[in-house]
Amino acid sequence: MHIPDGFINAGTSAGAAVIAAGGVAVAVKKTSNYMEDMQVPLAGLTAAFVFAVQMLNFPVAAGTSGHLLGGALAAILVGPWAGALCVAVVLIVQAFFADGGITAIGLNILDMGFVTALGGYALFAGLRKVLPKERSSVVIASGIAAGVSVVLSALAFFLHFAIGGNVALPLGSVFAAMVGVHALIGVGEGVITAATIGLVLSVRPDLVYGARDLATPLELKPQVRTAGGLS
Amino acid sequence: MRNASSTRLFLFAGLLLAVALVLFVSPFANPNPDGFNRVAIDEGFAETETDHGLNESPLADYAVSGVDHEGLSKGLSGVIGVLATLALGLALFAFARKRRESDPAHARGEEA
Repeated sequence: MHIPDGFINAGTSAGAAVIAAGGVAVAVKKTSNYMEDMQVPLAGLTAAFVFAVQMLNFPVAAGTSGHLLGGALAAILVGPWAGALCVAVVLIVQAFFADGGITAIGLNILDMGFVTALGGYALFAGLRKVLPKERSSVVIASGIAAGVSVVLSALAFFLHFAIGGNVALPLGSVFAAMVGVHALIGVGEGVITAATIGLVLSVRPDLVYGARDLATPLELKPQVRTAGGLS
Repeated sequence: MRNASSTRLFLFAGLLLAVALVLFVSPFANPNPDGFNRVAIDEGFAETETDHGLNESPLADYAVSGVDHEGLSKGLSGVIGVLATLALGLALFAFARKRRESDPAHARGEEA
């Protein structure tokens, strides 16, 4: 999904870079409003984990692979704005691996970061509203939202291509191909995201931003004290 | 609220998992072009790609220059990437965290 240099013309790429830079500034501000000391290492780890899983390409069709984008996953773990920042950090590091164009960094931060994190989280929050208030709903909602976020990301690229593609092609065909293959990749994205969220929920549910409403950590403590014979 | 040592253990286990994934699983990842590059090839805009400015980077294409073993080279590049991402992420989020303390509006309890 990393757009290399040359696919999108300079003007569109520069415009995307300006919007992405503004988005990062807003995301830092939004993140600073809620981030506590404990969440700083968790957000750093989330970025590192997304980098790792992006290297694990899985087969999706003959001669074609896909990999996690991770924006929805990061958003559900640490919040939508911090999640977008996680992907932005990953993309900046990946530039040193010659993955994703340097002039295309703004395009990639928008498509792979903001669209998946903010779009994916909005979808996740909407699904949470209609599903029962329990852990399994968080897992299901995260899987569906992450899967759809990949298609949203593909649509965002299509928009860039339609505006500033460096070669004129029949747009309908590009659109169908982009959406089709990314719907398949979205299945993988959904499975990996749901599995990861399920794993974190099973060991430390209190660390999942998207499941804060389920955290009831104080309920058991008084009973434990009584059983301990303090009274 | 769980205690801090449980959180440290969780973070350490998470980092260990990320390192294990890039070191032991990424060498066996599917080598085919991803869906996006497949579309670029099939639809005919792949050739508009221009050279990447960091093609000569010692980490280019997820390999560590000088390490000949393909799987090991990829795995090690992944470990470097995971640690670099962690460091940059920690720096950015620590900056965001500190920013609030120095923001007088927030200190007064106002929504920024």
